[in-house]
Amino acid sequence: MMDLSAINPILFVAGFLVAATPLIFAAIGELVVEKSGVLNLGVEGMMITGAICGFAVAVETGSPLLGFAAAAAGGALLSLLFAFLTQIALANQVASGLALTLFGLGLSALLGQSYVGVKPPRLGDIDFGPLADIPVIGPILFTHDIILYLGIALVAATWAVLKFTRAGLVLRAVGESHDAAHALGYHVKRIRTLAIMFGGACAGVGGAYISLIRVPQWTEGMTAGIGWIALALVVFASWKPWRLLLGAYLFGGITQLQLNLQGAGVAIPVEYLAMSPYLITIIVLVILSADKSAAPASLGRTFHASQ
Amino acid sequence: MIRLEKRPQPSRAFSLATPLLAVLATMVFGGLMFAVLGKDPVTSIITIFWQPLFGEFAFYYRPQLLIKGAPLVLIAIGLSLGFKAGIWNIGAEGQYIMGALFGAGVGLAFYPMESFIVFPMMVLAGAFGGWLWAMIPALLKVKFGTNEILVSLMLVYVAEQFLASMSLGLMKNPEGFGFPGSRNLQQYNSAFNADLIEGSGMHWGVVAALIAVIFAYVLLTKHRLGFAIRVTGEAPRAARFSGVNPTRLVLFCLGASGLLAGLAGLFEVAGPAGQVTIDFNVGYGFTAIIVAFLGRLHPIGILLAGGLMALTYIGGDIAQSQLGLPAAAIQVFQGMLLFFLLAFDLLTNYRLRPGRTEVA
Repeated sequence: MMDLSAINPILFVAGFLVAATPLIFAAIGELVVEKSGVLNLGVEGMMITGAICGFAVAVETGSPLLGFAAAAAGGALLSLLFAFLTQIALANQVASGLALTLFGLGLSALLGQSYVGVKPPRLGDIDFGPLADIPVIGPILFTHDIILYLGIALVAATWAVLKFTRAGLVLRAVGESHDAAHALGYHVKRIRTLAIMFGGACAGVGGAYISLIRVPQWTEGMTAGIGWIALALVVFASWKPWRLLLGAYLFGGITQLQLNLQGAGVAIPVEYLAMSPYLITIIVLVILSADKSAAPASLGRTFHASQ
Repeated sequence: MIRLEKRPQPSRAFSLATPLLAVLATMVFGGLMFAVLGKDPVTSIITIFWQPLFGEFAFYYRPQLLIKGAPLVLIAIGLSLGFKAGIWNIGAEGQYIMGALFGAGVGLAFYPMESFIVFPMMVLAGAFGGWLWAMIPALLKVKFGTNEILVSLMLVYVAEQFLASMSLGLMKNPEGFGFPGSRNLQQYNSAFNADLIEGSGMHWGVVAALIAVIFAYVLLTKHRLGFAIRVTGEAPRAARFSGVNPTRLVLFCLGASGLLAGLAGLFEVAGPAGQVTIDFNVGYGFTAIIVAFLGRLHPIGILLAGGLMALTYIGGDIAQSQLGLPAAAIQVFQGMLLFFLLAFDLLTNYRLRPGRTEVA
C-alpha cells in the first residue's frame, strides 16, 4: 500500500542534508585535485578506507571526532600511493586511480573484519539553543552534527581560496598549463601532490560520515559507488564549488526520496528505486557533457620536466 | 640523486620484465602483510602459488584454474582492446551480469524442452546482453561525448540491482520453495555448460577464451582495425591523419569488450555457478582490469596473467581454509600487484640516470 503521507517533509529535508554530506566532502576534494590537473579515479577507494579508519578509531577511542581525524589521515595516506604512482613513477592516471579503488576496497575489507556488527559512538548534534525551536527551519537547519556544517564551510573556503588567493591562482595555473607553471618556477609535482592529499583527506572524511553518522555501522563496500558519483558531480558542477554544493543536494535529495519511497511502500520494486541515483547520474552526465570548456586544460596529462 | 630520462622507444626488455618484477615485489610485500596478520609468510606464499599446481590435491585444483581463468581472460582480452586505444570500459562487471541474465533468461524460457539448439541460443543471448549493456556508454560517448568511465561504472550498480530483481522475481525458481535464485541450469541438460572432458574444467568458456586470445592476436598484428587501435593509443594525432574513424573505434572497442564480458557471464551462470542468484557475480569484471594490465594489454600476456590471477583466487581459497587467511587479504594482494606493475612500468618508458634532480 502506498502511503506518501508517511513521508514527513521536515525530516525529509533534514535527511537529505545528511545524505549529501559524504558527497560534498568527496567531491570538493576531487574538485581541488582536478583543478590542479590531476584526475584521481580512486575516490571510491579512499572513501571506503576513510570509512573504516574513522569507524575503527572512533570505536577504539570512543571519540567520533578522533575518528574523523583518522579518516582524513587514512584517506590522505592512501592518496599518497596515487601521488607516488602518477607524480614520481609517471604512471597513467586512469589506471592508477582504478588501482587505488581496487586496493582500497580490499584493504578496507581486511581492516574492517572485526568491526562488523559493532555500534560506533554517536557524534552529538550542535546545540543551537532557541534556534532549533524555530518551526520548520529549526529542525531542518539546526539539528545537525559539526561535520555537516564543516562540509558547507569547506565548499565556501575552497571557493574563496580558488578565487581570491595567490595559492588558488597557482593551483589553477598548474592545472591549466603545467608547462607554463613550471617555466614560472612553480613546483608542479609538489603542488599536485598536496592537492592529491587534500582530496584523499576529504574523501576519507566523506567515507567516515557514511560509516559513523549516516548508516551508522560498518559493512564491506558500504560506500556503494558514492565515490564514483562524486566524480560525476565534479563534472556536473563544471568545476565550480557552489554548483557542486547544489548538485550534492540534488543527489542527496534523490537518494533520500528513493529511500523514503521504499519505506512508504510505493508500487515500484525496491531494486528499481535503488537504481535511480545511478541512472540519474548518467542522465545528468549526458546533459552536461556537451560543454567541456570548464575542464582544466592539463587534466589527466602526465607532467615530466624534460619533455 | 637520480634523474629520469625518457627513452625514445619503450624498452622491450623491461616491458617483459616488469610483470615479473611486480609479481616478485607483490610476493615480498604480500608476505609482509601476511606476517602482520600473524601467518607465516613463506607458508602462505607457497600455499597460494604452489599448492594448487603441485600440491597433494593438485588434481582437484588444476581444473579450477581453467574455470577461474577463463572468464578473467575472456573479459580482459576485450578490455585490453579499448585500454590500448584509450577507451576505458571499467563496467565489465555489469556487462558480465547482463550477459548472464540474458543467456540464463533464454535457457529458462526454453525449460524443460531438450534440444541441441538451446545452448547456442543462450550463448548468442549472453553475447548480445553484454554487448547491449556496453553499447549504452558507447553510444552516449559517440553522440554526446559523455565520459565512458563513469557511465560504464554506474551501469554496474544498475546491473546489480537488476540481478537482484531477477533472482527474487521473474527468474526465481517456481519449484524452489520460495528461496531466491533461479532453477539450477546444471540440472537442465540442454542448457548446462558442462566440462567437455569430464572433470577437466575445460568447458565452452575456456574454448571461447582461447579463441578470443587468437582472434585478438590476429586483429592487433594483422588487421587494419588493430592498427587503428594501436595508433590511436600511441599517437592520437597521427591516428586522425591516417584516417582512423574514432566513432567506429569507440563502438567497436566497447562493443567487443561488452560482448566478451557477456559471454563470460553466460558460460559462468550456465556452468560452474549454475544459478542466477543475487550474489552470483564475484568481481571478475574488476579483477580482469588487473589481468589486462598485468598481461601488458597483449593477448598472450593476458592469457598468462589470467592463469596467474586464477592461481591467486584458488590459492587464496586454500590459504583461507588451511591457514585462516582472510579472504580480503587476497583482494589486497591482487590490488598490490597492479600497484607494483604501474610503478615498475616507469623503467619501461624512462631511464634512471645518476645526476642532479630536476626542478619539478
